Amino acid sequence: MKALLRLCFVVVVLATFAAMFVPARHALANGFAGPRATPQMQAQSASELAPGSAQLINPEDLVKILQSPTGEKPLVLNVGPHLLYMQAHIPGAEYIGAGSDSQGIESLRRRVKPLPRKMFIVLYCGCCPWSHCPNVQPAYNELHKEGFTNVKVLYIPNNLGADWVYKGYPTIKGQ
Amino acid sequence: MRKAVLIVVAIILAVAIYEVGRRSSVHSKPGGRSSVVHSIAPDFSLQDLDGQPLQLANYRGKVVLLDFWATWCTPCLGEIPHFVAFQNQYREQGLQVIGISMDDGPKPVREFYQQFKMNYPVALGTEKLAQAYGGVLGLPVTFLIGRDGQVAAKYVGEVQMPVLEQEIKSLLQAK
Repeated sequence: MKALLRLCFVVVVLATFAAMFVPARHALANGFAGPRATPQMQAQSASELAPGSAQLINPEDLVKILQSPTGEKPLVLNVGPHLLYMQAHIPGAEYIGAGSDSQGIESLRRRVKPLPRKMFIVLYCGCCPWSHCPNVQPAYNELHKEGFTNVKVLYIPNNLGADWVYKGYPTIKGQ
Repeated sequence: MRKAVLIVVAIILAVAIYEVGRRSSVHSKPGGRSSVVHSIAPDFSLQDLDGQPLQLANYRGKVVLLDFWATWCTPCLGEIPHFVAFQNQYREQGLQVIGISMDDGPKPVREFYQQFKMNYPVALGTEKLAQAYGGVLGLPVTFLIGRDGQVAAKYVGEVQMPVLEQEIKSLLQAK
């Protein structure tokens, strides 16, 4: 009996160890769940938009804010590719243009020019895994440069499909 | 002796528990293979970057690797040299790679096409085409289509090349 208990203990410890460490290696190999040590990722990790930073808002938190009958509602701006926006976007979100593109940044500048600098704005993209997204950081930087003080970026770890649409959060198609 | 046997049994059980957990979670991971297979691949008729007609139905009888990508998608860019190599290596056996760019315009795609010496047709994607393939809400997305026109595999996220190559080989062997 004692031997059996010992066996169970060893099995649980080993399985826990494997579950903790081995999947992390698989996730990194896949390019998902955890960022890879690319120069781009290292640059972004050092930026203000590193996962866990105060400038980010999680999808579930944004859904709560959007669905709450009270409280300030943000202006939601999509700074990703147009084809992605056309397939699915957050209801009420305005399409601005890709943040990685100079035209997209110009559109963003025009859109926010008349707005009060304290306005609650949420930027999002969702084109690809967070560490690879080329759009949110330049858009965030632009709003920061323009003096906006209440900007959040929607944290989408994998892509819009996996982290928003397929989770059943509110979505609409088209313009 | 008894202790040694117990330890060996514990290790085997731990590995088995881990492996069962890992296999059951693969399909739900963004980088995993989708279970949506065995349906006829939706046909499409587009123009490639040279203005030539590009219709999927014309490749019936070949194994088609259909890659949804974009020039702003870093993981996609890592895949493309492999696809170029696959096209060279398996062309005679009946592989045809087709690229569908989700960029908003052709200019960066043309530049990229030349820079990476892409040796397979590339067309700009449309919202309709993306919807026909179940929605392309994040890149890259890769489909493998068998000689019979059926979708044999769908990979969401950066695909592991040895896995993909093995699948290509087995599809090429099927007559």
